[in-house]
Amino acid sequence: MTPASIPALPRGVRTHFDRVRGLPVLLGPERVLMLDQIGRAVLAELDGVSNVRAISERLADKYEAPVAEIEGDVLEYLQDLAEKRLVDARDG
Amino acid sequence: MADLPLAMLAELTHRCPLACPYCSNPLELSAKEAELSTEDWVRIFGQAADLGVLQLHLSGGEPASRRDLLDLVIAAREAGLYTNLITSGIGLTPKRLEALDEAGLDHIQLSVQGVTARMADHIGGYKGGFDRKMHVADHIARIGFPLTLNAVMHRQNLEDLPATLEMAVRLGARRIEVACVQFQGWALRNRSALQPTRDQVDQAKEVIRDAISTYRGQLVIDFVPPDYYSDFPKACMGGWGSTGLNVTPDGTVLPCHAAETIPGLVFENAKDKPLAEVWHDSPSFNAFRGTDWMPELCRTCDRRDVDFGGCRCQAMAILGDATATDPVCRKSPGRPLLDGLLAEETLPEVAPDLVYRRI
Repeated sequence: MTPASIPALPRGVRTHFDRVRGLPVLLGPERVLMLDQIGRAVLAELDGVSNVRAISERLADKYEAPVAEIEGDVLEYLQDLAEKRLVDARDG
Repeated sequence: MADLPLAMLAELTHRCPLACPYCSNPLELSAKEAELSTEDWVRIFGQAADLGVLQLHLSGGEPASRRDLLDLVIAAREAGLYTNLITSGIGLTPKRLEALDEAGLDHIQLSVQGVTARMADHIGGYKGGFDRKMHVADHIARIGFPLTLNAVMHRQNLEDLPATLEMAVRLGARRIEVACVQFQGWALRNRSALQPTRDQVDQAKEVIRDAISTYRGQLVIDFVPPDYYSDFPKACMGGWGSTGLNVTPDGTVLPCHAAETIPGLVFENAKDKPLAEVWHDSPSFNAFRGTDWMPELCRTCDRRDVDFGGCRCQAMAILGDATATDPVCRKSPGRPLLDGLLAEETLPEVAPDLVYRRI
């Protein structure tokens, strides 16, 4: 995962609102991940077109934080999901 | 108030073309006549989603033996459940797979009995099964279903572990469960034929360690070690009645698939009672919830909330007491008995013949 990578949720991985517990979750094979505010914000930006840099810029704008800081967090978060094969990334 | 279940295993049928000697189904198999109807299952899926279940595992036996599999997948998705099909592949024609794709099936978990036709058909007890499975795997890949391979490993095939991992990559799987046989159900009957040796286990752990770094980002590897060789027991079901439940082909609701081996527990049927009521109020679900039931050894142990005293069915099977500490635990007074069984059953002699699972 680099700033130029274009991340996307692969088939079989989707966000879902758990209406019983009142929580947003990410569902994948044998996996249920509760999403915190950051996770939800990052995953909502995955459109299969934007690269990590563009996603980070949008989030930096939205949350009024430095891009460099946001980008580090986004990379770390998506890299972790990629190793679990819950996010795919192609080179931009 | 108990936690709510995240996952439900729906054993749609005990019918299966394969006869694996480690089948997790009970020794007393349900006949087709006793199976729940489509309407029963649809109602149960809805109740499960209302109760908090997010993931549904359609299993068996072979779930493709149910002619209404497609209707059940449609209903499961309509109920909002993440729907996983656990299958041997036998009975899934290209046409059926395409219909399941259309219906929104989320994921397929394909079992593998071996990496060669010789081994796989020997273990599955079904000639030609391997070739048919490989054919199904091609169609799964063509359609693009997310795929997990479930490779059950034991004394007779553990040397094939590297080839099994290669096969997962070749078939386009994103994930593999390398599950060393757990000794419940039919596996318990075949324990001495299936129990790996210590050398095999040490070697397998090394292969897995290397493979996790080699395949990082490509293949997720979940390894279920052979627990007789572990120092501490597995956290069975993540704690009894805490994260999952199991519905058998006739509608019996169980805290785990082997729970019926524990005498004295009375199980309810989903035909008679709503799932939520069973989950919260059933004496069988409450029997081993929390820590009150535990023997002193577990209740005062710092691993109490890590492994929850281990597997109740294993304590029953080995020690004849479902309330005892799992004998896998190094601290258990039952551990010497387990070590004795291990030593005796893995002597370097020819392993006994397999007893195949048959209805």
